Amino acid sequence: MSTRTVNQKAWWLVVPVLVLVGFNAIIPLMTVVNYSVQETFGNNRFFFEGVKWFEMVIHSARFHDALKRQLLFTAIVLAIEVPLGVAVALAMPRRGAWASVCLVLMSMPLLIPWNVVGAIWNIFALPDIGMLGWTLNKAGVDYNFTRQPVAAWATLVAMDVWHWTSLVALLAYAGLSAIPDAYYQAAKIDGASAWAVFRHVQLPKMKHVLTIAVLLRFMDSFMIYTEPFVLTGGGPGNATTLLSIDLVKIALGQFDLGPAGAMSLIYFLIILLLSWMFYRVMTLGEAE
Amino acid sequence: MARIRVEQVRHSYVPRPTREADWALKEVDLEWADGGAYALLGPSGCGKTTLLNIVSGLLHPTAGRIRFGDADVTASPPGERNIAQVFQFPVVYDTMTVYDNLAFPLRNRGVPEARIDPRVREIAALLDLEAMLPQRAAGLTADGKQKISLGRGLVRSDVNVIMFDEPLTVIDPHLKWRLRSKLKELHQHIGLTMVYVTHDQTEAMTFADHVVVMHEGTVVQVGTPVELFERPRHTFVGHFIGSPGMNILPCALDNGVARFAGQPIRTANAVARAPAGARTELGVRPEFVRFASAGIPVRVAAVSDAGRHQIVETRHGDTIIRLLVDEAERVPADSAHVSFDAAFTQLYVDGWLAGAGAA
Amino acid sequence: MRRATWLVPALYIVFLMLPIYWLLCMSFKTTNEILGQFTPWPQNFTLENYRKILTDSTWYMGYVNSLIYVVINTVMSVAVALPAAYAFSRYRFLGDKHLFFWLLSNRMAPAAVFALPFFQLYSAIGLFDTHIAVALAHCLFNVPLAVWILEGFMSGVPKELDELAFIDGYPFWKFFAKIFLPAIAAGIGVAAFFCFMFSWVELLLAKTLTSVAAKPIAATMTRTASASGYELGLLAAAGALTIVPGAIVIYFVRNYIAKGFSLGRV
Repeated sequence: MSTRTVNQKAWWLVVPVLVLVGFNAIIPLMTVVNYSVQETFGNNRFFFEGVKWFEMVIHSARFHDALKRQLLFTAIVLAIEVPLGVAVALAMPRRGAWASVCLVLMSMPLLIPWNVVGAIWNIFALPDIGMLGWTLNKAGVDYNFTRQPVAAWATLVAMDVWHWTSLVALLAYAGLSAIPDAYYQAAKIDGASAWAVFRHVQLPKMKHVLTIAVLLRFMDSFMIYTEPFVLTGGGPGNATTLLSIDLVKIALGQFDLGPAGAMSLIYFLIILLLSWMFYRVMTLGEAE
Repeated sequence: MARIRVEQVRHSYVPRPTREADWALKEVDLEWADGGAYALLGPSGCGKTTLLNIVSGLLHPTAGRIRFGDADVTASPPGERNIAQVFQFPVVYDTMTVYDNLAFPLRNRGVPEARIDPRVREIAALLDLEAMLPQRAAGLTADGKQKISLGRGLVRSDVNVIMFDEPLTVIDPHLKWRLRSKLKELHQHIGLTMVYVTHDQTEAMTFADHVVVMHEGTVVQVGTPVELFERPRHTFVGHFIGSPGMNILPCALDNGVARFAGQPIRTANAVARAPAGARTELGVRPEFVRFASAGIPVRVAAVSDAGRHQIVETRHGDTIIRLLVDEAERVPADSAHVSFDAAFTQLYVDGWLAGAGAA
Repeated sequence: MRRATWLVPALYIVFLMLPIYWLLCMSFKTTNEILGQFTPWPQNFTLENYRKILTDSTWYMGYVNSLIYVVINTVMSVAVALPAAYAFSRYRFLGDKHLFFWLLSNRMAPAAVFALPFFQLYSAIGLFDTHIAVALAHCLFNVPLAVWILEGFMSGVPKELDELAFIDGYPFWKFFAKIFLPAIAAGIGVAAFFCFMFSWVELLLAKTLTSVAAKPIAATMTRTASASGYELGLLAAAGALTIVPGAIVIYFVRNYIAKGFSLGRV
C-alpha cells in the first residue's frame, strides 16, 4: 500500500459510489435530523422544537429498557457465538472432502432470508406442535415461549446462535487455513502442548479475522430486527422488544416522527461509538 | 550426539503407489557421522525436503528405517528425537519476546527457570542476539528471526542434529553470506551434526564437508566438494555442479578406448566394453579443456566475459564444447583445436561413471 | 481428545440441520396434520403445498420479484464498487481515508433508522413499489461492503502489473477489462456472493418499499401468517423454497468458501 501515488483525479472513480451511497445515506439522515428537531400535529405542518425530543428519548424509561435489553442480548450472543465458532473451526479437518461438506452445510443458515429464520424457529418452538417445544414439554420442562419471558429469551438466543455462529466459524476457519504448516511443525519440535499451540500460534494468527468477526457480530446483533420480530413480535409483552423493534414501532407504527427521529440518531450514534471502542480495543498493539 | 543411519527408505505421498513416478524417494541408504556437516543438494522436486522431514520425524516413511545411534526412531515423533529444524521462512512466536522464544522449548520440557536463564543468554551471545532479548520477536528482520529459529534448536542441550531446510531463502543477499559464515562458525564451535538442504550449489559446497547430491528421489553421489567437482559419478552431478557445468559429449567406445571426432581420447577411467545399446559419453569440465595446436577441430561460436576468465563456446559439428580461458588470453577468431586434460576426462555409460557401477 | 474432535463439527451440523429438517417435514404435511398433533415425519405425505405455490402467481411472483431486485443490486453494487476500490487501492487523494471510513460506517447503519425515511424518499421520487427502489436501497449496505472486499483483493495485485500495461500502451479501460479484472476474479466472486447474500435475506427495507407489484416473497409469507390464520404447511413450503437459491449459490462457490471468506486480506 505504500506505493500509492497521489492523484486527485482519482476522485472521478469514486463518484458513482459517492452518489449511490450518499443518496441513500445523506438524504434520509437529513430527514431524520429534521424530524428529530420538529413537532407536527398532522396536516404536514412542522414546528421547530429544539432538543425536546432528544431529552424526551434520553429520559424515557421505555428507551432505557429497550437499550438494556439490547445490550444484554448482544453480550449474551457474542459470549456464545465467538467461542463456539472458534471451537468448531479448530475441530474441523483442515482439508479434504469432509471439510468441503462441512463448510457447505455450515453455510446454509447464513443464506436463509431472515423472516424465514424467524418463521422456522417460531414453528419449531411451538409448545404443542413444534419439534423443539413438544420435545421439551414431553421431557418435563414447562416451556412456552409465547407466554414466558425467559423461554422467549432462550429461544431468541438459540435462534441467533443457530443463525450466525457459522459466520464466526467460517471466518475463523479461513484464518486457520492461512497458517503455514511450518508453524505446527516447529511447535511439534519445540515440544509444545495443544494448548500452547493454540495460545502462541493459532490465536495470534487469527487475530485479524476474529476482529472482523466480533465487529460484524456486534454491529449486526445490535441492529437486529426481522428475526426477533417474526419469532416473538417483541413479546410476550415487551420482554424481547429490542432497540430496532421499538424504533420501528414508534416510527412506522405510531408515526411519532419526532421521537422516532431523535431515537434514530441516538441509536446510530451508540452503534458508531461502541463499534469504534471495540475496534480500538481489539487492534491495540497491532502495528499495521 | 549420534550417528544417523537412513536404511533403505522409500516414500510415496500417494496412498497406493503404482508407478515409478509415484515415489518421491525411490531408495535411500545413507550414514551420517556424528558431528559432521552435510548438505542435501539437488533441484526442486528431487526429494531432499522429503528426506529431511523423514529424518526429523515430521513425516513417516512408507518403507525403511531411521536409526539414531543404535536406536530405531522410525516411529518416534519429532519431540522425542532430539532434533532441531530451521525452516525456509522464519518461524517465531510473534507474541513472545526474543527471550521467551528461546526459552520456549526448555519451558515445555519442564526445565527449571534457574537453568533456563544462563542457557538462553549463552545461546543469545553465540548468535549476537543479546541486545534484542527483551524485544518482541515480531519486530526483528528476517535474518534475526532465522537466528531465533536456530537459537530455539541450539538452546536444548540434548539435541542430536540440526536440520536446515533452505534457511537462507528469504534473507537479503548481502546478509546471506553473514548468516552462512555464522552457521559454519557454529558448527566448528559446537560440533553438532548439521544437515543442510539446498538447491544452491554454492551454499552446499561452502557449508558442508560432505555433499549428498539427489536427483529424482535417489542419491546420486555422496562426497566432498572436491570429489564432486573432479570426479562426478553421474553426468547429472557433472552438469549440476560447477558454473558452467561439465561438457557431456557423446562418444563411441572401441575396444576400451573412447573415440570422439574420429580421434581416440584418453580418459582417467576405462571400461573394456559397454553393454549393447548403452549410451556412452565423455565428461570433461570447461576448466580442463584447452586450446591446442592439434586435437579436436572446432569452430568458435561465442565468447562471454565472466570477470576473471572468459567462457568460450565452441562447436564441433552439432556438439557444444565449452572451455574457460584466462581473461588476458586471446581467443582464436574462427576455427581452432581443443584438447582435454586426460586426468579429468571421464567416460560415462548410461550416465554413470564407467567402472564404478550404478549407485 | 484427538479422535473425538470430529464430534464437535458433527454435533454442530446436526444442530444446524434439525430446524431445517423440521421445516421440510412440515412442508410435506397438510396444515390439518400439523395443527392436529406432533409427528416427527409426515404421516400423510403431500405435495399440495408446493403445487399451490408453484401455480399461484401471488406466491411465485414473490420469488421472481426478490430475485429481480437482488440481481439488479448485485450487479449495480459490484459495478460501481470496482472503480472506487481501484482508486482506494492505487491512489492517495484528498480525504481518501475519511471517505473510506464514512463508507464503512454505512454498513453500521441500522435498517430500522432508515425504514421511514426511505419510505418517504422513494415515494417522493415515485419509485415506491418498484424493484429498482429495493435494489437502490440495499446499495446503502452492499456498496461499502463490495468496496471493502474488492479493495482488499486489489491490494494483493502488485502495482507493477498496471505500470507494465501502461508502458505497453494499453488505454486504461482496456487494461482494466482485459488484464486487471481477471486478476481479481476471485475477489469479484466473493463481493458478488456477499452482495447477493445480504440483499436476498434482508426483509425490513424490502417490505417497507414495496406493496404489490414488487412484493418480495418475504412479504407474501408474512401475509399468510396473519390473514388466513396459520396456513402452516404453505408457509413451510414457501420457506423451504427460499432456501433453494442460497443452496445453489453455495454449491457453486463451495470451493472458494474457505479462501473467499478471508476477504483477500487474511
